[in-house]
Amino acid sequence: MSLTLDDVKRIAHLARIEVGESEAQAYLAQLSSIFGLVEEMQAVDTSGIEPMAHAQDVVLRLREDVVSEPNRREACQAVAPQVEAGLYLVPKVIE
Amino acid sequence: MQWEVVIGLETHAQLNTVTKIFSGAATAYGAEPNTQACAVDLALPGVLPVFNRAAAEKAVRFGLAVGARINRKSVFERKNYFYPDLPKGYQTTQLELPIVAEGGTLRIQVPSTGSGQAYEKDIRITRAHMEEDAGKSLHEDFHGMTGIDLNRAGTPLVEIVTEPDMRSSTEAVAYAKMLHSLVRWIGICDGNMQEGSFRCDANVSVRIKGTDTLGTRCEIKNLNSFKFLEKAIEYEVRRQIELIEDGGRVVQETRLYDPDRDETRSMRSKEEANDYRYFPDPDLLPLVVSDAYIEEIRSALPELPQAKRERFINEYSLPPYDAGVLTSARELADYFEATLRSLLSKGVGILTTPEYPSAEIFAAKITANWVINDLSSALNNASLEIVDSPISSAQLAGLLKRIQDSTISGKIAKEVFAAMWNGEGEADAVIEAKGLKQVSDSGAIEKIIDEIIAANPGQLAEYRSGKDKLFGFFVGQAMKASKGKANPAQLNEILKQKLAG
Repeated sequence: MSLTLDDVKRIAHLARIEVGESEAQAYLAQLSSIFGLVEEMQAVDTSGIEPMAHAQDVVLRLREDVVSEPNRREACQAVAPQVEAGLYLVPKVIE
Repeated sequence: MQWEVVIGLETHAQLNTVTKIFSGAATAYGAEPNTQACAVDLALPGVLPVFNRAAAEKAVRFGLAVGARINRKSVFERKNYFYPDLPKGYQTTQLELPIVAEGGTLRIQVPSTGSGQAYEKDIRITRAHMEEDAGKSLHEDFHGMTGIDLNRAGTPLVEIVTEPDMRSSTEAVAYAKMLHSLVRWIGICDGNMQEGSFRCDANVSVRIKGTDTLGTRCEIKNLNSFKFLEKAIEYEVRRQIELIEDGGRVVQETRLYDPDRDETRSMRSKEEANDYRYFPDPDLLPLVVSDAYIEEIRSALPELPQAKRERFINEYSLPPYDAGVLTSARELADYFEATLRSLLSKGVGILTTPEYPSAEIFAAKITANWVINDLSSALNNASLEIVDSPISSAQLAGLLKRIQDSTISGKIAKEVFAAMWNGEGEADAVIEAKGLKQVSDSGAIEKIIDEIIAANPGQLAEYRSGKDKLFGFFVGQAMKASKGKANPAQLNEILKQKLAG
């Protein structure tokens, strides 16, 4: 599978990363080589093998349903660019 | 042309855990903004999610309640999109391997409409998966900016998805109501729709009746009342049919319902839509549940509404409607059974009629009537829940006992009920204090009737010349004279004899 420059730009846009023309060219080469590796792996016969969802074969740790996080709004909001009435302010979202 | 409506629902039910699905922050509703949003919920760099075991337990409880298969291994995935109320830039959800797999069904009771009879129908549940809720965006004017409250971010949800099995807005509402009742019944969701704890998305399409292929569907998002669900579907169906009949085509899209204008409108442009780039969340390992764990949850399930409804019909010979109403909430069903048990423990009496061949069945029916009608409407008027009823089940049984043993008539019982509601004491005390005991002394009743007959010679003559309808007049007069206390059955019988002459 070959990747085009448009694919790279689209991926960058979906990830909200600004990528310049020359950067896009560089990423095209890098991403294509990753795809090459994926293709190589896909050539391996894995029939009858249960797919894994994680690189390690371990299971999820479970936490008790007990409040452990106190209110630390003041500390959290101290580093926020803009707050008002306890809310984080962000550029207007238009639906 | 005959059109058929096809509806599938996706319902988000907030799981009533104490803490978030991946953090130890509280989930209590109505807290000051951002006081329940910790570093994990804010997606600060370096934080890791730790899964809340109560979320899994409640999701499994739901799956078992609808008879679905439970995936022994389920996987959390990232659904990527950007919106300020989702600080991580992705929603953690389940896609390929949800906790609740296929096989579930929910039996719904579809009420009769103008033209159609009431009926039952099984709606298939495709799957149910766990995911996290987003925060809230407040679009009021903050100097041209949007305010973000992340208290709700990370609240556990179970999203319940059906097959496209519903064929009308009435069926969709019946399903939503039944599901709403079930999630409260099994104690996994408080069902508070005003607070957004239970909200539906409706997938709606239309096709020519008799065809098998599905039409193009539109998804109407975030319907948080049964009324809006019904109206939004009805509008959307009309819109799609008109569009096709005018030669147009339905475009697959997400729409929002505007209750003020009673219409749906397109929500997102299609550009970049649905490119969520799901992948298994590397921060979370697969959730594995054992057979023993599942069996433990299954054995702790209460009797489910459908089973209870059927039992009420079989065991107590209640009409399906009564059984349905009584099993609409677990607390109501419990109250009914407690009242009935208490009533039966006082001795069943001897009153039977052809309609109610046993005293037990009569007791069940009279209890059902009082719980469904008098008690429920009194609770409704006072905006009280059944658990807050000022009249306990034992007290109500005390009143019903006095109807059953003919101490008071059903009509007088309403007066006693009102007094009990106002805290004037037990039924017997009220009857005694107000002198409401029914007159069952035939001599006394005869005396009243004699006086009525003597005072109305004209009506008597008319009655005897064949005007049977006047019987009601004499009953009314005699009842009035007894201040409503005459035993109605006895009164009727004696009156009939006396009028015949």
